[in-house]
Amino acid sequence: MATHQRIDVSKTGDVSVVRFQDAKILDEAAIQELGTELFALVELDNRKAILLDFDGVEFLSSAALGKLITFDRKVKTAKGRLKMCGIAPGILEVFQVTKLNKVFDIRSDVAEGLAAF
Amino acid sequence: MAEQPPAAAWQQSIDLPSERGASRLVTDELLAQLGTHGWPSDEIFAIHLAAEEALVNAVVHGNRLDPAKRVRVECHVSPDIVRLEVTDEGEGFDPESVPDCTLEERLESPSGRGVMLMRSFMTRIEYNAKGNSVLLEKRRGEPPASEQAAGDQPG
Repeated sequence: MATHQRIDVSKTGDVSVVRFQDAKILDEAAIQELGTELFALVELDNRKAILLDFDGVEFLSSAALGKLITFDRKVKTAKGRLKMCGIAPGILEVFQVTKLNKVFDIRSDVAEGLAAF
Repeated sequence: MAEQPPAAAWQQSIDLPSERGASRLVTDELLAQLGTHGWPSDEIFAIHLAAEEALVNAVVHGNRLDPAKRVRVECHVSPDIVRLEVTDEGEGFDPESVPDCTLEERLESPSGRGVMLMRSFMTRIEYNAKGNSVLLEKRRGEPPASEQAAGDQPG
């Protein structure tokens, strides 16, 4: 099992629930690490149902958005399912402005996210 | 009624190295000043986002992380207006040439959202002719540049 610096991963039933270590996801080195750790969930661990819980995340940059988009694509390519929840209003506005709310499956909280699998 | 004395505003010129993480040399103090000047948290989020995008663009895309090049940042924060001018020493670019990231075929592209986020979260955004300097302005309580542009379309 890989050691994670940027995320915490737990399991609820078949769903891997991923939480972020950083309240602000903007440091480029940290974003690179974040991408590596997220991608490994699919490419190395073969996880098929992943819920990204943004609770506690206050800020993210467009570079972080890029990693989320690539991650979403990797999950879809692996025929997995990815959902997101617990997104703060400001970050939700970023998703809406960029229309990524059409790309990502966004739920209000962990309970709703888990129920959607 | 007396005008706000100039001393109420925070103004600073900051010279940044072209290295990853350099944006914090601006944003840490900027965030502190926004709090001091009573900006609400949602507008602080917006200004932080736009500043981060402009600074990373200047360092990474403008100066291409060249250690011989610097990024010049002029900051102005008062209770009603925030102005940031970010200038790099790169060749500049045409902001109009950046494809619309909200087009169906571009939605899943992992890059190209910085300029759009700046337009969506600031009141005014202007590039110089060369495209190596961007002026970001936020007026408290006013709609973002993207909405004004939509409203200003000639009939």
